[in-house]
Amino acid sequence: MSDMDDMDDGSGVIKKFMFLNRKAPHGTVYALEGLEVVLITAAFDQDVSMVFTDDGVYQLLKGIDSKGIEVKDFSKTYRALEGYDIEKLYVDQASLDARGLSEDDLIVDVTVLSVPEMANLMAEQDVVISF
Amino acid sequence: MQFGILVNEGPYTHQASDSAYLFARTAIEKGHTVPRVFFYHDGVNNSTRLATPPQDDRNVSARWSKLAADHGVDLVVCVAAAQRRGINDDVLAPGFRISGLGQLVEMGIQYDRLVTFGD
Repeated sequence: MSDMDDMDDGSGVIKKFMFLNRKAPHGTVYALEGLEVVLITAAFDQDVSMVFTDDGVYQLLKGIDSKGIEVKDFSKTYRALEGYDIEKLYVDQASLDARGLSEDDLIVDVTVLSVPEMANLMAEQDVVISF
Repeated sequence: MQFGILVNEGPYTHQASDSAYLFARTAIEKGHTVPRVFFYHDGVNNSTRLATPPQDDRNVSARWSKLAADHGVDLVVCVAAAQRRGINDDVLAPGFRISGLGQLVEMGIQYDRLVTFGD
């Protein structure tokens, strides 16, 4: 990821980008490839938020071990997000509840929001990209 | 209005590419502009010229190529996603080009709307 520093589209415009992560970390490639877009967007110095909802909350689960399915475990990347100035991580309360999870089960510090709070946050964004 | 379009699914199995194409074509017909479409995830599979669907079916990649030729739409395929799936310059249909994710972020920054088509 070292080639991503100092990217710029030349306009100096900073928009609010929200990335909506809806899928489990494994089973499909959406979480892994979605993370790539998040990191590139941060390299463009944009205002980045990440939301984890539905099975997307599993992306942040502690203790993921993907050895048995022989695919890369990229969950450590979420811990490195701070280094890319990506600090706005939001998790949907109802999605945690439905899966019997709490904040303590997650590998990073997040802000847990209710559905109306999430809707308000979403309404503030310029760009919402859903994976 | 300027629309950027993100296509996240491949052709035929999912409707996303069809819906994206119809949206883009209609937006242009209505007087809007679609400067660029970005293909990500399995969406990169829309870019191959090797597909030969039956005569009585739509040809998804050829349809995108025609939109590019007729309206100057920039069809960009993500390089990392393409490399994973065996898509390279040798198999690209006319009007498609391979580039980086920065092209997607630029759409979000520069255009009025970024519309995602996927599952």
